[in-house]
Amino acid sequence: MTDGLLIEADGLGAVRGERILFSGLHLSLRPGEAIVLRGPNGSGKSTLLRLLAGLTAPAVGEVQPSGPHHWLGHRDGLKPYETPRQHLRHWARAWGSEADPEAVATEMGLSRPIDVPARLLSAGQRRRTALARLLLDERPIWLLDEPFTALDTNGRDLLTSLFVEHRRKGGGIIAALHGDALSETSREVVL
Amino acid sequence: MISIFANPHRFMKLSRWLAPACLAVGVALIAWSVWQALWIVPQDDYQGGDIMRALFIHVPSAWLAMGSYMGLALASFVWFIWRHELADMAAKSVAPIGAGYTAMCLATGSIWGKPTWGTWWLWDDARMMSVLLMFFLFLGYMALRAAMDTRQKAARAGAILAMVGAVNVPLIKFSVDIWASIHQGPSVMRMDGPSMPAVYLTPLLIGALGHLIFFASLTMTLMRAEVWRRRGDVIMARKLAGG
Amino acid sequence: MSSPAPIRAAFRQAIAEAWAGGAGALLPIGFFAGAAMLVPFTVGSEADQLAAIGTGVLWVALALASLVSMERLFQADLEDGTLELWAQEDCPLFLVAAAKILAHWTVSGLPLVLLTPLIGLTLQLPAEQLLPAMLAYGLGGLAFFLWGGVAGALAASVPRGGLLIALLALPLFIPTAIFGALAAEPGTVGPNLLFLAATTLFALAIAPFAASAALRLAVD
Repeated sequence: MTDGLLIEADGLGAVRGERILFSGLHLSLRPGEAIVLRGPNGSGKSTLLRLLAGLTAPAVGEVQPSGPHHWLGHRDGLKPYETPRQHLRHWARAWGSEADPEAVATEMGLSRPIDVPARLLSAGQRRRTALARLLLDERPIWLLDEPFTALDTNGRDLLTSLFVEHRRKGGGIIAALHGDALSETSREVVL
Repeated sequence: MISIFANPHRFMKLSRWLAPACLAVGVALIAWSVWQALWIVPQDDYQGGDIMRALFIHVPSAWLAMGSYMGLALASFVWFIWRHELADMAAKSVAPIGAGYTAMCLATGSIWGKPTWGTWWLWDDARMMSVLLMFFLFLGYMALRAAMDTRQKAARAGAILAMVGAVNVPLIKFSVDIWASIHQGPSVMRMDGPSMPAVYLTPLLIGALGHLIFFASLTMTLMRAEVWRRRGDVIMARKLAGG
Repeated sequence: MSSPAPIRAAFRQAIAEAWAGGAGALLPIGFFAGAAMLVPFTVGSEADQLAAIGTGVLWVALALASLVSMERLFQADLEDGTLELWAQEDCPLFLVAAAKILAHWTVSGLPLVLLTPLIGLTLQLPAEQLLPAMLAYGLGGLAFFLWGGVAGALAASVPRGGLLIALLALPLFIPTAIFGALAAEPGTVGPNLLFLAATTLFALAIAPFAASAALRLAVD
């Protein structure tokens, strides 16, 4: 909140079962910054993101966000019967957003399957629909767990350009990633 | 009292001798009250003759059944607010014992009911109904905990359920009382407390005290088992992390 | 700070989901009618006998039918990730939980209430009692759905949790069932209807908070 930080987390610790995943973790996200969380399976990347999103309470420490965030977890959050248009309209309403679902879907390359129920969409199309939620409502913080999963080359390029645009506008991103996407422009936190 | 138990190490040190000591005292008191009940106390024909001797098990069971649900709710509340691990262990340990006492209360009530009411079960008795419902609350609590995949989730789900149950108990009790008063059944087990002759009251109260101490011993023993189980889990987790 | 928009959206989503599930919303109706239909075959078809137990049969069938689709109410949201999104809203989760339960009641509970006069007639209940009794069934059904919602939220992460939900919820149904059945007995309708309404209000005051605590646990 002070010094223009988007998120400040102090002395975070998390436990799974009887095992300590991490402890004494400090993390701050500045406007325009991207932080990539790296680490092997089970190292607590997802848990850290969930702590930052407020889905899980930390065992110790605290998280201070300065504004609203967007969340993208492993699951896309789509109902099987929903079309991308219905899905985006639903969340636009819930968030009180004026954004046009059709325009957002088009931006994500979903203009063709926009009226196809999610159960008939490919995994990549569902992921694009979930990512389209990021554009419905302007929020400074994006918390993304493996956002590139299931995306094709074109989808990856699209998402990368969304990241660039979001950061240019002063937003911040924290993402758990495999591979080297974003690697040249971001700070890394290794768990 | 609570602060003594708040520290697991102190709890383990204390309960190590306290649990067996309570077991011995509890069993001795129960044995004395059963001996009194079966051989000394004169039989009361208004309460069904010899069968009224079941009272000396039945009534303490009923008290402990109610008490253990209150204990469960209280421990759940303490855990929910302060996240105190021992409170959760206490809640987890009290549940099966409470279920056992509710079952014993129902069984003795039913055995007593057969010669006096002429039937094994009478739905009109508000007290029996309340105890039966409590039995189901205990069963649900244990089933819910068993269905959760981690210890932390079991603790949280159990605490929510126990607190929901606890706020409902007065309403359930009230509704069952109203319902029983309309259906006006024969109420045999009317225990008017201190107005009872001392020859009944003393063995009853001593027996109840014995059951309470016995109950405490069982609870401590189950809690000790739980502490050992969790220590085992920690060792396993360390091995996993190390290997 | 919390506008009604997210709550309206949650309500609408729950209704859409109930209808989109194909026969999902019809399942409780089928169960309700089927359970009531068994009664004459098992108890006997004499009119006096049926009339004596008819209201009670309807209450039992209503209580059981309210649990039929409770398993999926929150579990579906948990599995597809919707619950994670709701849990991060500015708007309190208990309002979302309440909206979802009320939507579920509108889709699967209200039809049962509307069906009670019809089934009551076949159970030889006096016709003039049937329409006023719908108020009692409506109030009672709402309480059943609220407590069922708490149980459903607690069991959201449990695979095949249907029976667990029934075990958790049925003891909480007792006050509603008692006052509901008493409200149907001639002569005691007034006060018992008020008691029934009180149990429903009680459920309305407690259940959304308990359900939201359980949902926070489920997404954790």
